[in-house]
Amino acid sequence: MSLLQVENVTKRFGSLVAVNGVSMTVEPGELRAVIGPNGAGKTTFFNLISGFQTPSSGRIIFAGADVTRLPPARRVWRGMARTFQITEVFPELTVRENLQIAVEVASGFRLRIWQSVEAANNVEARIDELLAMSGLIGKAGRLVGELSHGDQRATEITMALALKPRLLLLDEPTAGMGDQETYDITQLIRNLHRDQKLSMVLIEHDMRVVFHLADRIMVLAEGNMLAEGTPHEIAANEAVQTAYLGKAAA
Amino acid sequence: MIDRRYQRHAANAVIWLLLLTMPLWLDAVGGYTQLGTQVVIMALAATALNFLLGYTGVLSFGHAAYFGLGVYGAGLTIKYLVPSTLTGMAVGVLTAVVAAAIIGLLIVHLRGIYFAMVTIAFGQVFYFIAYRWNNVTGGDDGLSNWNRMPIDFGFAKLDILHSPVTFYYFVLVFFAVAVAIMAALLRSPFGRTLLAIRENERRTRFLGVPVDRHIWLSWLISCTFVGLAGTLYALLNNFADPHDLYWSQSGDFVIMAVLGGMRSFWGPLIGAAIFVVLQDYVSTMTQNWMSFIGLFFVLVVLFFPRGVLGIIRRKASA
Repeated sequence: MSLLQVENVTKRFGSLVAVNGVSMTVEPGELRAVIGPNGAGKTTFFNLISGFQTPSSGRIIFAGADVTRLPPARRVWRGMARTFQITEVFPELTVRENLQIAVEVASGFRLRIWQSVEAANNVEARIDELLAMSGLIGKAGRLVGELSHGDQRATEITMALALKPRLLLLDEPTAGMGDQETYDITQLIRNLHRDQKLSMVLIEHDMRVVFHLADRIMVLAEGNMLAEGTPHEIAANEAVQTAYLGKAAA
Repeated sequence: MIDRRYQRHAANAVIWLLLLTMPLWLDAVGGYTQLGTQVVIMALAATALNFLLGYTGVLSFGHAAYFGLGVYGAGLTIKYLVPSTLTGMAVGVLTAVVAAAIIGLLIVHLRGIYFAMVTIAFGQVFYFIAYRWNNVTGGDDGLSNWNRMPIDFGFAKLDILHSPVTFYYFVLVFFAVAVAIMAALLRSPFGRTLLAIRENERRTRFLGVPVDRHIWLSWLISCTFVGLAGTLYALLNNFADPHDLYWSQSGDFVIMAVLGGMRSFWGPLIGAAIFVVLQDYVSTMTQNWMSFIGLFFVLVVLFFPRGVLGIIRRKASA
């Protein structure tokens, strides 16, 4: 069974059609990239999947259930997590506190007003595990707002992973990053994909990253699906080259 | 890390010591016990407001409504129904809680200035009811001709009516319990979701927190303790004033919290103390005491956005 099925979704803002009848299927363990020029509707498409916006028409099936009209929190409970193009973290809290909130919520503690020592210790252990995995361990006590852009992004991705998602949605994870930071994030994504078999959908501008990482690529242009296929097929697709790659090269 | 914890323990100890001994030294510095009681009550209200403002990031300009419901709930009960202090307090708090629960459901999806405006509007509804309903509430003259009753435990009697010092400690017990509950809530996983909402609502939502529900709970907790402060205020004055429901009273609570420092747990206590004492002293010299508070407020906000406690903390860490 497919993990995510997007069926013919459309999103209109007044007379503007931001996403026009797009369908997509993501299999368990797949790393799917969504690319397209600015204004192609990539982020809107992401917002529809994650519940930030609801589609004007169409259906979204996640892990066998129709989630088209569910609010974001309920999609998270079903195993969907996302990051944002502009990093969304808790800037005035430390890295550890950021992760603590994510781990506690993921453990179902969000309404607890009291915590046993054992539960608190389990949370601590899980935070340490996440810190080690993300390479943020030396910065655990720092306020996230004081960290570099790359470290803030790493914190955000780690928070999403703290939710133990079945599907991770990454909106331009390398946006605004230097070469080294881009490389680090790419390695992190590759490890998640290869070692943990985590299913991911990725919006990305950096073509090196996309063609390097993705199992399959979907190309959006002006709200429509232009093409879909393996990186090889997409690279060879003429319509894509004129609409997108051609422009980027020129 | 350990230094900070030590500092916090030391600050807590100093504050509780000052509060516990206040009736002993207040006269010597030119105050009087009732003034101290008023500080503690206003500090409870401002701390409760700050639970929502400072720790959830939601600004209410209508907390006077729930304060005033506490005031009138206690006053009306003692005057007309049962001459019992504790029953009056229970009714006052319960009235505030029920009103806050219902109004909260209607407004919790609003944010920022819209939320603040709607809280004012709902607050004014209660003000006009108290103001117009002459035969019951006493209208503009307020609700008088009643007083708090001594509390009879059977084996002992607590004469809060005739002894201001006994009443001060009676108030301080409620303050301590309320403040301890709020502090414990803020240090729990639930409290951390509130901090998360303050820091970044979008991120919190996408961690799987139903944000509106948590804001509603925070609002309800905040209004409950503001209502409690209202009942104590009615008992202090043996009087219910429609002004206690007026929107400017809501503004006073916000001023206290911001003045003292809304990012510090004790900030609102400091703010309330400054506000109440300035009001008491300056108003004996000029009717325009509010302009002095206003000026002080503007200076603090301009130069020390983290409030009076923020200044002290900065000094301490420098």
